[in-house]
Amino acid sequence: MTTARGSVRSEVRLPVPADDVWALVGDPARLAEWFPGIASCTVEGDVRTVMTGSGLPMPERILTVDRLQRRFQYRITVPVFKEHTSTLDVHDLGDGTSLVVYSVDAEPSIMALVIGGAAGAALDNLRHVLKADDDGDR
Amino acid sequence: MSGRRKILFVTTDQQRYDTLGCNGGTVARTPVVDGLAAAGIRYERAHPQSVVCMPSRSTMLTGQHPTTHGVWMNGVPLPQDAPSVAAVLHDAGYRTALVGKAHFEPYLDPFLRFPENALGRVGTTPPGGAHRGFEHLEFATHNPVGPLHYSRWLLEQHPEAVGGFYPVLDGAMQVNALGGGETGAPQVKVNPIERDWYHTDWVADRTITWLQSLESDDDWFCWMSFPDPHHPWDPPESEMGRIDWRDVPLPVGYPERAAERERILDGKPRHWRLWYDGTLVSNYEAPADWVPATLTADQVREVNARNAVECELIDEALGRVLAAIEARGWGDDVDVLFTTDHGELQGDFGLLFKGPYHVDALMRLPLVWRPAPSAGRNPAVVTRPVGLVDLAPTFCAIAGLEPAGFMQGEALPTDDADADARGFDHVLTEWDSALFGVDVHVRTITVDGFVCSAYLPGAVHDGSEGELYDLGDDPLQQRNRWDDPAYRARRDELVAALWDAQPPARASRLRVEAPV
Repeated sequence: MTTARGSVRSEVRLPVPADDVWALVGDPARLAEWFPGIASCTVEGDVRTVMTGSGLPMPERILTVDRLQRRFQYRITVPVFKEHTSTLDVHDLGDGTSLVVYSVDAEPSIMALVIGGAAGAALDNLRHVLKADDDGDR
Repeated sequence: MSGRRKILFVTTDQQRYDTLGCNGGTVARTPVVDGLAAAGIRYERAHPQSVVCMPSRSTMLTGQHPTTHGVWMNGVPLPQDAPSVAAVLHDAGYRTALVGKAHFEPYLDPFLRFPENALGRVGTTPPGGAHRGFEHLEFATHNPVGPLHYSRWLLEQHPEAVGGFYPVLDGAMQVNALGGGETGAPQVKVNPIERDWYHTDWVADRTITWLQSLESDDDWFCWMSFPDPHHPWDPPESEMGRIDWRDVPLPVGYPERAAERERILDGKPRHWRLWYDGTLVSNYEAPADWVPATLTADQVREVNARNAVECELIDEALGRVLAAIEARGWGDDVDVLFTTDHGELQGDFGLLFKGPYHVDALMRLPLVWRPAPSAGRNPAVVTRPVGLVDLAPTFCAIAGLEPAGFMQGEALPTDDADADARGFDHVLTEWDSALFGVDVHVRTITVDGFVCSAYLPGAVHDGSEGELYDLGDDPLQQRNRWDDPAYRARRDELVAALWDAQPPARASRLRVEAPV
């Protein structure tokens, strides 16, 4: 029952239209605006390079930017990950609100929690960035 | 002098009750703590409210049970606005410091999101003047690599020593199962570091430096928090000549025959044996790739020898701090409290490390309170159950303050008569873990003579399981009476008391944000 691969999923419901959320989280270059602990973020083609707050460079390969489904996927390519895929989905709930789901799958499993834990905090932070603190459910 | 008593709060990490001479330990020599116990109050049944670091340390700081403060497993950060006894004391005019291991926030934090991890870059004074009520913070842990003050100091001053430590994580970032020493025991390594550079002496040195920075008439509360004797067991090799592991007796809780170990484990809820066999891991600080069934008697001896050396170094470091306090002329006005966050299996039942196992190895803690001599307290031994949840109100009482409303414990009793008069008749411990599809949930009550644990539904439990130990005839907790008809009435009474005593829960469950 102990697995090498781990999966961590977080979500947040926001009183913000899905297109408005997507305009922020669907733009790979705007990561540092809403994801805590990112010192810098640059995008060249399908390569995004993130510098974490501790000074750790984290290169990523952008896999999917689908504005129709509002899905963003990327893969961290540093060697400590045997495998990694993160998926960010923005769902339109049809009433002017949205559900943002951030799923992290990785091997080793501990890295799913390292990234997924930070992603959960990032979703919390979206409330502040999008000025949606007073409404919505987590 | 202001007339208020000063407080030195000393914690270690993962130290068993029986590692102190005053508690009957025979391997480590601990004359300093033994002396405090002889002059003060020694507690024989002090329990943590959780047997892992972050929840237990959060209980010490907040004076609340984990269910209430919300840090339900390692990796769940204590909210930044959580109540703090240090803040209460600071607001009352105390100078406040925490030197050593804090661990209210997760360590594995490449994004440097948590203030504990970020402070090393800033200095020792947190932005805003205080963090959780502490105006001075200098952090250390077992890991010589990372953002904390000790790691930065070691890398800057003695970079050649960094590689001598045991690598806490392996190449895949998992808790390392690598064996070492002379027996190949897990999390053991020969560490060539000079003693003066090791974190135990560093914590004492930095504590002394902070104390020397104070004015003579300052009131102060100092939490000196040693990272040892928590694994890895890699004390300075120069000190290992103190104890030859070959001479270390096997713990009384370690059945030498595998069949006997397995018979005992099979009498307990399933996760005990599943971990022993290497098929279920529910504590993420233990190496997932290590199988307890492979543990040998010699490995138990070597782990215990190294652990004992670490306990001796702590005792000597504490002695230096007490001497510095005496030299400042504060000796009569300082209360000293010594304890730890939780215990260590250390060979009991053929296991090491910790996990959802509510037995004395993990729950019975060393706790010594040497009141300030000026308070005129008589030495005593308290046999009634007390908890780490009682520390925060004790600090308030020492400072002459009413306990804060958020605190759930009571000031520690000063003898059994005091304990009886104030109703110290039980103590609670809880466990919750949930990660990667495996969850375990346990609630435990300890009363005079019995330990009773009830399990909630989880990955390998259906909610009907439990453990009941009669400490009178089974002090090693090797015979589970949960299903014994002769104990049915006692069990039902304790289970009812357990649920009646549960503390209020947070409105919403906090999220696991990082490993450890």
